[in-house]
Amino acid sequence: MEKNEKTSLAVQLQTPAKRMFWMEWRGRSITYISVWIVILVLLSLLWFITSKGLQPFLNGEVTLSQFFSSNWNPQDNKFGSLYIMLGSFMVTICATIISAPLGISAAVFMTEIAPKWGKKVLQPTTEILVGIPSVVYGFIGLTLLVPFIGKFVGGVGFGLLAGTLVLSIMILPTIISISVDAIESVPQKYREGSYALGATRWQTIWRIVLKTALPGLMTAVVLGMARAFGEALAVQMVIGNVPNAPFDFFTSISTLTSMITQNMGNTVPSETFNQILWSMGLVLLLITLVFILLIRFITRRRDA
Amino acid sequence: MNAKLIDRFATLFFYAVAILIICTLIGLLGYIVIHGISYISWEFLTEPPGSYILGQVGGIAPQLFNSFYLLILTMIITLPIGIGGGIYMAEYAKPNKFTKFLRLCMEVMSSLPSIIIGLFGLLLFVQYTGWGYTLAGGALALTIFNLPLMVRVVEQAITAVPREQKEAALSLGVTHWQTITKIMLPVALPGIVTGAILAAGRIFGEAAALLFTAGLSSPNLDFTDWDPTSVSSPLNPFRPAATLSVYIWKVNSDSLSTETAAIVSGGSAFILICVVLLFTIFARLLGRYIYRRLTSS
Repeated sequence: MEKNEKTSLAVQLQTPAKRMFWMEWRGRSITYISVWIVILVLLSLLWFITSKGLQPFLNGEVTLSQFFSSNWNPQDNKFGSLYIMLGSFMVTICATIISAPLGISAAVFMTEIAPKWGKKVLQPTTEILVGIPSVVYGFIGLTLLVPFIGKFVGGVGFGLLAGTLVLSIMILPTIISISVDAIESVPQKYREGSYALGATRWQTIWRIVLKTALPGLMTAVVLGMARAFGEALAVQMVIGNVPNAPFDFFTSISTLTSMITQNMGNTVPSETFNQILWSMGLVLLLITLVFILLIRFITRRRDA
Repeated sequence: MNAKLIDRFATLFFYAVAILIICTLIGLLGYIVIHGISYISWEFLTEPPGSYILGQVGGIAPQLFNSFYLLILTMIITLPIGIGGGIYMAEYAKPNKFTKFLRLCMEVMSSLPSIIIGLFGLLLFVQYTGWGYTLAGGALALTIFNLPLMVRVVEQAITAVPREQKEAALSLGVTHWQTITKIMLPVALPGIVTGAILAAGRIFGEAAALLFTAGLSSPNLDFTDWDPTSVSSPLNPFRPAATLSVYIWKVNSDSLSTETAAIVSGGSAFILICVVLLFTIFARLLGRYIYRRLTSS
């Protein structure tokens, strides 16, 4: 009798109760469903934007060569968007040229020059900068920067310069925080080795720390560029929204995002103009994907 | 000697950059405060907006309400999916191709420009469903915007739970799922709450994803009618709703009187910044408080 009880307990312990099995199965399914929701949402987003963006070309209303020309005149059914795309690139590149050196220098300051003081003051500063909504940046650009440029620098104020300055402040926190991570992951012994050889702090930073952290710093800059490229409202408020050639700092230009923001609500879905806006959305999406691939490429090289 | 001189100059340069960035922030905040605080009054916070095209300032009550309501709706949708996804990534994901693909998806989704999410929302939640501009559509679009961040927050919080706690629970014979919900989630909670509040600040200021989903207008709200199915009820999720940040953009983009626009958007921007900063500070304080309580007990 006693022996019998023992074996049944052993059997019980060896085969977990059905209830527990179901509980585990149910929990696992819940998490699995959540993950699949994310995947399905992303795939349907890619699919919808792509098919909608290709529509004007598949319908034959606009040809690709027309779309990539510089002849923009919606009243006359001319939708050459070259200057608009170039506008997006110009404003992104100019903002990065200002922001990348500043951001990396700030990160060096926080990690190498004054870690205690720098962390205490600069870290919250970047956190607050990140938290300021983009319309507020746009509002400040519109009411402070645009009149200032128009009065003291040149032109009407709206244009590439205003867009560049607003964006360079907006992407600064992104560049700073990722650069800090990159620089902090440089092993301490590299610095000690450099100092032991008699190098100054600047020589150590320039020749050892920044060189070692380079892939991380590049990731920071590319992520900043991606953010600048996709930013819509702040840019739309200060850029002027006229699709001129974007090679002058003081004339109003347009970008992909500003064009979509400004005109999507004012056009009806049956118009070619409206459909072209979706094509611009597709271009924006594709270039964002290129940025992401670029980051993956950079980080993979670091891992190898 | 020369190298030392260069080193001095470099140090000076780094200090200059740091001071420049701090001054920029102080300048930005100062500008918002100076241009906003004088327009704030009880009326501004509690009255419906005037027709700013005619130069009436009015208030921001419906927009402020919409912003908070939209935030709550978004969180109700995001939190369960985000926690589920985060648990999967932290506990169930095996190092295989599917997990790699999943991480790529999260990465792509978190770096999508918000205007693209807005366009997708316009297509799916406005045109395809036939709802028109609605709060529900806006909340769903913001969910897409917020989900990758939420998943990452939950994943990091769960991964940070000490291994011993998990092993102790498992060794008592409870299932993996019970270990996660009864042991690991409570320990991870402070991290999740802090991350969620920081995400809330981000949602609160977001506008580009909402322009074409929740719309640019707000119907006349009757704040005594709390029946969610009624058309003029503030709680009705199937009504258009301009949030505070969308309102700032709209006032600036189609007002003829720049003076009125400056007053309305100056005051609104001040309120917006205050709320976002409060979220940030609150998240930090709460995180620190819970951390202290957990470590001392």
